[in-house]
Amino acid sequence: MPASLTVIIDSFPYLIQGAFITAGIVVCAMLFGLVLGVCIAVGIVYGPRPLRYLLNVYLWIFRGVPVLVLLFLFYFGLFTYLGLNFSAFMSVAIVLGLTTAAYQANIFKGAILSLPRGQFRAASSLGMSDMQAIKSIVLPQALRMSIPAWSNEYSIILKDSALAFVIGAPEIMARTQFVASRTYQHLPLYITAGIIYFVLTWLGVRLLLQLEKSLHIPGYSDHGTNS
Amino acid sequence: MIAAKTILEVDGLHKSFGDNVILKGVSLTLEESEIKVLIGPSGGGKSTLLQCINYLVTPESGTISLHGNVINLQNKKELYQLRQRVGMIFQEFNLFDHLTALDNVTIALRKVRNISKVSAKKRALLELEQVGLGDKTDLYPAQLSGGQKQRVAIARALAMDPEVLLLDEPTSALDPELVGEVIAVIKALAAKGMTMIMATHQISLISGLAQNVLFMENGVIAEQGSPKELLGAGKQTRTQGFCDRLKDLDEGGS
Repeated sequence: MPASLTVIIDSFPYLIQGAFITAGIVVCAMLFGLVLGVCIAVGIVYGPRPLRYLLNVYLWIFRGVPVLVLLFLFYFGLFTYLGLNFSAFMSVAIVLGLTTAAYQANIFKGAILSLPRGQFRAASSLGMSDMQAIKSIVLPQALRMSIPAWSNEYSIILKDSALAFVIGAPEIMARTQFVASRTYQHLPLYITAGIIYFVLTWLGVRLLLQLEKSLHIPGYSDHGTNS
Repeated sequence: MIAAKTILEVDGLHKSFGDNVILKGVSLTLEESEIKVLIGPSGGGKSTLLQCINYLVTPESGTISLHGNVINLQNKKELYQLRQRVGMIFQEFNLFDHLTALDNVTIALRKVRNISKVSAKKRALLELEQVGLGDKTDLYPAQLSGGQKQRVAIARALAMDPEVLLLDEPTSALDPELVGEVIAVIKALAAKGMTMIMATHQISLISGLAQNVLFMENGVIAEQGSPKELLGAGKQTRTQGFCDRLKDLDEGGS
């Protein structure tokens, strides 16, 4: 058996453990980004002017600064300064979450604005408060419409999570590099890492496609209403 | 004869969008079981007036009173109360696209009235049967025709037990062959004594249903009276002229 194959087989369980950590980081970041992103989008669409202004500043910062810079800024700077003793895993999940929240907010904002406004007025005319209309009428539709763009965001964040290795989170990339530096089998190991990332992307995107199908509103085609 | 009870009073409504003055001091009173029909050219302020009555559009000045009590706009609770008591039907139906016909009707019952799931469903089924859609309850808006959508919208409004119904051109977005089913539902409501204000271009609703016709033009009520007074033979009113033009269009179209 060639040495490269032996290394891959021997290190595979070790790398797969990293895949679970990567998946953990991504799931935490995406869910955190979902909650925060929805709040930001609602604030930008329905909030008062000063709030809209503030939220837009947030979007500019997190879309305008590289994730790696943000990661260093938070991990070595802000968290230490605030006396927060977050693990590398937590720190990456938080920074990726804050970043994806900015992108997700724009996805949700677009979806909210694309809904016919009459539905909100109809909800108001039935006595619903703005908050009730947003929760029961606007978001269920806007979130459905956001799934394709959200699955894009998932695939981007999954790959951005590889940056976690620089602060020592034991995910796929960190483990691959660790093994490679000891065995000098760089090529086969990084191909393996690439395949693991690919499979994670594929699984997540398939899952979201399934979700999109199961939440599909009957009577709607991909091109809008049938009527 | 018992003196009719005033339900709704609109007093001195002013509204403009930018430099465009839409309402220039509109007042009216609506008595129990009365049906008022708003007619007039597009842009005359009919739709804005209706939307000001339940504060979907906020007027610059003027008041709305329900049973003699002026609604305080600043008080959200009073505002939401008003909207529950004044139902609204829109030209474009505005059904909630992600909900079945049934859930379109139950959602406000559950979220606004906090009625249990079971009783909300019971009530919704009743309302949908009333508008002839007892067999369509599980369909989504995209699976319904325009006339069916508008009937769901009517059932949705009626489930809240409104005292007044505002109808903003309820048949204008419908294909001609679907107008009849919606008119039938509105006529049935009238027969039950529902109090209504309706903007419409539908001649049969104007002459057949209205007790009072308000002709709106340039932000004011230019003429008002019973259909007989405004549309009787030989009357030289602007309402008459306007309706003649509508009739010409109707005949030209068919």
